[in-house]
Amino acid sequence: MTGFLTLLRKELLRFWKVLTQTVAAPVLTALLYLLIFSHVLEAHVQVYPGVGYTAFLMPGLIMMSVLQNAFANASSSLIQSKITGNIVFVLLPPLSHLEFFLAYLIAAMVRGLVVGVGVLLVGLLFTSVEMRHPGWILAFALASSAVFGCIGIIAGIWSDKFDHLAGVQNFVIMPLTFLSGVFYSIHSLPPFWQAVSHVNPVFYMIDGFRYGFFGQGDVDPWLGLVVVTPCVLLLALATLWLLRSGYKLRH
Amino acid sequence: MATAVRLRGVEKRYARTHALRGIDLDIEQGEFFALLGPNGAGKTTLISILAGLARASAGQVQVMGHDVARDYRTARRALGVVPQELVYDPFFTAREALRFQSGYFGLRHNDAWIDELLHHLGLADKADTYTRHLSGGMKRRLLVAQALVHKPPVIVLDEPTAGVDVELRQSLWGFIRRLNAQGHTIVLTTHYLEEAETLCQRVAMLKDGRVVALDRTEDLLRSCAERVLVLELDGDTPPDFLLPRIRGREGRRLLLALPDLADLEGLLAGLRAAGVGVRDMSLRQADLETVFLRVMQGARP
Repeated sequence: MTGFLTLLRKELLRFWKVLTQTVAAPVLTALLYLLIFSHVLEAHVQVYPGVGYTAFLMPGLIMMSVLQNAFANASSSLIQSKITGNIVFVLLPPLSHLEFFLAYLIAAMVRGLVVGVGVLLVGLLFTSVEMRHPGWILAFALASSAVFGCIGIIAGIWSDKFDHLAGVQNFVIMPLTFLSGVFYSIHSLPPFWQAVSHVNPVFYMIDGFRYGFFGQGDVDPWLGLVVVTPCVLLLALATLWLLRSGYKLRH
Repeated sequence: MATAVRLRGVEKRYARTHALRGIDLDIEQGEFFALLGPNGAGKTTLISILAGLARASAGQVQVMGHDVARDYRTARRALGVVPQELVYDPFFTAREALRFQSGYFGLRHNDAWIDELLHHLGLADKADTYTRHLSGGMKRRLLVAQALVHKPPVIVLDEPTAGVDVELRQSLWGFIRRLNAQGHTIVLTTHYLEEAETLCQRVAMLKDGRVVALDRTEDLLRSCAERVLVLELDGDTPPDFLLPRIRGREGRRLLLALPDLADLEGLLAGLRAAGVGVRDMSLRQADLETVFLRVMQGARP
């Protein structure tokens, strides 16, 4: 247990010591999206009755920040350690695969959630949002950050250099998050793209998260949970299997 | 008593190379053991397998009786490894790095030992310095400290003195020797053969993934190269009885083979009987470097 707690503490301190890059910067990015999109679209778009576009946008932006930062924390920590070689400090000790996995996962989730709360707090300066079902908000925040934390660990283990990681970021993470209804309701899409969105798990994460705020969404939040929970479990098992195999970490 | 390190038929194949071709080796508890060999001989691969950083393609590896694959947690607790690469985590100070390393090994309150390590390794005044601001030699010593936080019975040092100046090297070896005297088993790889010669009781030499020599240091020295007696005599022509022993000349000095030290007495008596005076005399011992070069050129000691 001490081994796990120490690794978790180390991973948390790692991003806590550089908060400007790891928290302030993504919050600022989200804020820029919020200001620009809301300025342009507030008067033209209303997705749900009684919900202004800026308010509608908030949950999507928060969730996008949570996902991207959970991914970034685990993946960048691992790739940095691999490239600088200090990964040996955590490979030499008697840490179990589960301890290793949980420490990186929880640190990734915490970073995602801290950034998410940051975006929420800054967003509240510009608009007000209701939070009708905090339970759903929390459930989707936790499950979704876990999914992207796992993807971050897998990508960090798989990548041999920063270019590989950037590839995952640009070709997997960005499309998944942008084509998931962060900025719009998928009901406003043509039927084909609606169908595509329905196979994107991130759509369910954002929709369920948004449901927690407004009490309305494109699909039932229970359906979202049924989609997202197996994703968490499958990815967790895959990550553990990868760690056990020693893939790219132990030759 | 369990063997500190036991290797049986250890092989390691990579896609294109066969790094280890069947290593059998026992290192006993309390030994100061040297693992020598040219670059690419397989030393670091062997250490990686011992430490669980790599997995053997075949064979068995035990540390203090614990299999490094099946029983990896106990095996790793028994082992402290100083890696060859000068690695550090720039986010943290020296003390933080040592506290984390302690925690990874399950130790929560380890500050007394951490302070002792910092003191013995000359890092006490650098405890709160970020590791990225440490000099190369300091980073190296921090790596030694990190390997020792859990007081492992077996300590592996992969080229620990590369880039460390003479004074610090001496104090580092003083510290490691003390650990050895307390019963820690030390396994060392180094390119400084004189270090291995003075420190290590036993030596294994690796070449192309095989153990090509394995013996007590003194036996290796004795078996491989003969002792040379260097004599400077009065007069230019040495007496006849010396001629079979002459192996070479350096100016006025004669280099004579002297495999058995007991022959020295008779040899000097012969010179006295022949009325030849001795101006200067010295003995040259074979050193580990000579032995090493011979072994690497293919001679079996």
